Amino acid sequence: MTDSIVYAAGDSLATIAQTSQELTPSFFVTLMKNFSTWAIPALIFLALILGWYKKVKVYEAFIDGAKEGFTVAIKIIPYLVAILVAIGMFRASGAMDGFVALLSPLTNLIGMPAETLPVALMRPLSGSGALGLVTELMKIHGPDSFIGRVSSTMWGSTETTFYVIAVYFGAVGVRRVRHSIAAGLVGDAVGLIAAVLICRIVFG
Amino acid sequence: MNYIWLGLMVIALIFGAINGRIDAVTKAAVDNAAAAVAIALGLIGIMALWLGIMKIAEKGGIIRILSRAIRPLAKLLFPSIPSDHPAIGAMLMNMIANWLGLGNAATPLGLKAMEELQTLNKSKDTATNDMATFLALNTATICLIPMTVIAVRVQLGSGNPFEIISTTIVASTCAMIAGVTTAKLFQRLPTFRKSDPNRTKEESENDAGASHD
Repeated sequence: MTDSIVYAAGDSLATIAQTSQELTPSFFVTLMKNFSTWAIPALIFLALILGWYKKVKVYEAFIDGAKEGFTVAIKIIPYLVAILVAIGMFRASGAMDGFVALLSPLTNLIGMPAETLPVALMRPLSGSGALGLVTELMKIHGPDSFIGRVSSTMWGSTETTFYVIAVYFGAVGVRRVRHSIAAGLVGDAVGLIAAVLICRIVFG
Repeated sequence: MNYIWLGLMVIALIFGAINGRIDAVTKAAVDNAAAAVAIALGLIGIMALWLGIMKIAEKGGIIRILSRAIRPLAKLLFPSIPSDHPAIGAMLMNMIANWLGLGNAATPLGLKAMEELQTLNKSKDTATNDMATFLALNTATICLIPMTVIAVRVQLGSGNPFEIISTTIVASTCAMIAGVTTAKLFQRLPTFRKSDPNRTKEESENDAGASHD
C-alpha cells in the first residue's frame, strides 16, 4: 500500500489514550482471557455429560458424526481454490490502490481516516490480509490513536464475505448463489461505516 | 458470483500488467491454489471433531432444547423451515460459535447447517432464500470478542487493548441487521423470486400474470 502516511497524532487523542490507560480494568482482562480459554472445553464437557445422562452411546455417536468431516472438507476444495486464487491475484496486482483513490472522496465525507480505507476494502476479501493492514497501521500510528481504534473496530465489524460464501455454498454444491453476495456486501459496507461512526462518537 | 469472480481475476490481470507486477500475480495464483488445498485438508480434523461433538449434543437433546428456546426468532427469520427441523439446531450452534468468536467450531457447524438446509432445497445447485438469510447472518455476524485483533493490540503495547470491544459489538450488530434485512428484501425482487428454487406453481403463475400487465 502506498497511501499517504500522516504521522500527526493529535494532542486530544493522546490524552484520551492516557486516561483509558489509567482506567484499564484488570479484572475484565482476566475475565476475557479466561472466557476464551474455557469456552471450548466447557462446550465439550456439557455435550458429553448431557449425552451420558441421556444414556447416549457417546463414543459411537462421536464416530458417526466425525465420519462426515472428511467428505465435506474435500468437497469445498474447488470452490476454495477458485476464490482464494482470485483474491490472491487481486491483492498482488496492486489494484487496491486504484480503488482507494476512487473511493476516498466518498469516505472522507463520513470522516473515515484515509489510512483505514484499504482495511475496509480488504476486510471482505481476506481476514489475515486485513489483519496485516491493521497491524501495520497500529505500528505506525499507535494502537491507541484514532486510526488504530477505527481499524481495530473495522476488523471485528464484519466477516470475510467471499470466503464464507465460497466455502458454505461449496460444501453443498450450490453454484447459483442468488442474492447472497449482495446481502453480504451490504452487511460489510454498513458494518464498516458503522465502525467509523461509532468510533467518532466514542473516541471523539 | 460469476461476475464477481470474473471481475476480480480480470482486474487483477490488467492492473498487474499495468503496475508491472504480473509475475507477483502469477505467483499469488499458484501459491493460493496450494494454500486453498492446505486449508481444506486442515479442516478435516476440526470438522470431524466438531461434527462428532455435535452428534453427541444432538442425541443428548441439547440442540432440541436450544432450538425450542429460539423458536419465535427462527420463525421470523426462516418462516419456511419446520420448527422441529434439524437445520434450526445446526444454524443455532453455528451462530453461538460465531458470537463467542470460536472460528474453528463455527465453520464445521455452519457447513452442517448448510447440509440440513440443502435437504429442504428443490433445486440443488441454486441457493434457497433460507440459505441466503443464513449466509447473511454469517458474513456479517455479531462479534462479541474480537480476540485476534485484541491480541495484536496487546502486542503493540496498547494502553487499553479491550476498549474496542464495545465499538466492535455496535458496528457488527449494525452489519448483521443490514445484511439480514437486505437478504429479506432482495428475495422479494422479481429476478430473485423467479430464481427461487422453492417457489410454488401459483407463485410462478402470479408472476407471469403480473408481467403481462
